[in-house]
Amino acid sequence: MDVNFQFDWSAAFGSIPYLLPGIPWTLLISFGGLAIGFFIGIFFGLLRISRLRWLRWPAIVYVEVFRGTPILVQVLFIFYGLPQLLGGPINALVAGIAAIAVNSGAYISEIVRGGVQSIERGQGEASLSLGLSRTQAFRYVIWPQAFRRMIPPLGNQGIISIKDTSLFSVIGVGELVRQGQIYIATTFTALEVYFMVALMYLAITWTLSIILRQLERRGLAGQ
Amino acid sequence: MSDTMNSTTQPIVRMQQLNKHFGSLHVLNDIDLTIVPGEVVVIIGASGSGKSTLIRCINGLEEFQTGNLVVDNNELLPHGKSTQALQTIRTEVGMVFQQFNLFPHLSVIDNVTLAPMKVRGLSRDDAISNAKRLLDRVGIADQAEKYPSQLSGGQQQRVALARALAMEPRLMLFDEPTSALDPEMIGEVLDAMRELAKEGMTMVIVTHEMGFAREVADRVIFIHKGEITEQGPPEQLFDSPQHERTQSFLARVLKH
Repeated sequence: MDVNFQFDWSAAFGSIPYLLPGIPWTLLISFGGLAIGFFIGIFFGLLRISRLRWLRWPAIVYVEVFRGTPILVQVLFIFYGLPQLLGGPINALVAGIAAIAVNSGAYISEIVRGGVQSIERGQGEASLSLGLSRTQAFRYVIWPQAFRRMIPPLGNQGIISIKDTSLFSVIGVGELVRQGQIYIATTFTALEVYFMVALMYLAITWTLSIILRQLERRGLAGQ
Repeated sequence: MSDTMNSTTQPIVRMQQLNKHFGSLHVLNDIDLTIVPGEVVVIIGASGSGKSTLIRCINGLEEFQTGNLVVDNNELLPHGKSTQALQTIRTEVGMVFQQFNLFPHLSVIDNVTLAPMKVRGLSRDDAISNAKRLLDRVGIADQAEKYPSQLSGGQQQRVALARALAMEPRLMLFDEPTSALDPEMIGEVLDAMRELAKEGMTMVIVTHEMGFAREVADRVIFIHKGEITEQGPPEQLFDSPQHERTQSFLARVLKH
């Protein structure tokens, strides 16, 4: 076996111009999907803690379905399956964003539920005893505290979703992995190119981690 | 009862035949209780006797199953079915909790101004000047910009008192206000409450501070297993309790 293989730095650096165009796609799919997923998550997360049972169960079903099935299957279903129902093709970018949205939405709804339920019962009672309505108590007292506690798990979910977009190379959307695959197909420098792809994911997720740590620190300053 | 003077006044709390169950547990058993404006009522009893539950029924934090309850001319219905009356009652009845329950994400001044602004519709300026006056009254005017976690327990409880008073309540409920405090901080909270009683505030206080009860109460109520066993002016209840259960409870708590 040939063990004299050298890591070819020029091949690694040479791939950069071909990989870079993938970054905006990766970011667009991740953050577009997460932004929608955030609202889906708040919606179902709040339904999940409703006092009314018939509002709770759609939220339970949503979470079980989208947390319990692989995101790869979800995106294949959306991209290849849904067109049969709709009678027309779905844009790969739209399918990717939709997959991240519905998938992260399921996890975020659990984050929202956990955050709100973690607030001590006495906070709501004190609010009500002061004459605030349930809505006001939620808006001014419960939610601001819950949201602060949700920042770390939301950051976690953000990083997971960014990495999940790498699976969407299967539907041909030109994100980072897809760009790498195309390049490797002509150069056969898989080691170097995937190394660079990994580095680019790391650059994105690391930046996000730093931003989140700042946010958390600022949030805690108030307490 | 002690106050014949108030017998013509409209009661602020009228509780008749109130019953509450937690599953199979009968927490409140046919409670009859009338409180008139200006009265200071102290409720004593062993833990689990239902005394906290009783005062939490007055502002609807606990539901009851049967009986009548009228607070400040608003009728509270069983099973928490009276949302409008409940809202009105809660704006007129203040409460101080054992665990303070200050809002940790808001500064002291924002804790005190939140409800007056959102519920009473006060302008920010009016709410702040009111809050400052109240904080001054409970002796913590200089802490207004701090956050609750930066204050001692005694200070936090005094902020909680100012927060409740900012709604200009007609009745104040105290649910073991000093039980979570270090011993050296109990005095400052009791002082603030004593002040309030002196100014004529109607107060219902659940406490284990028997000395304080004897001093400020117009009436002391002893609750045992969800029933009012005995009530009367403090000197009568503490010095010559009639009921055997009251005697043994007092013997236990006054021993040390």
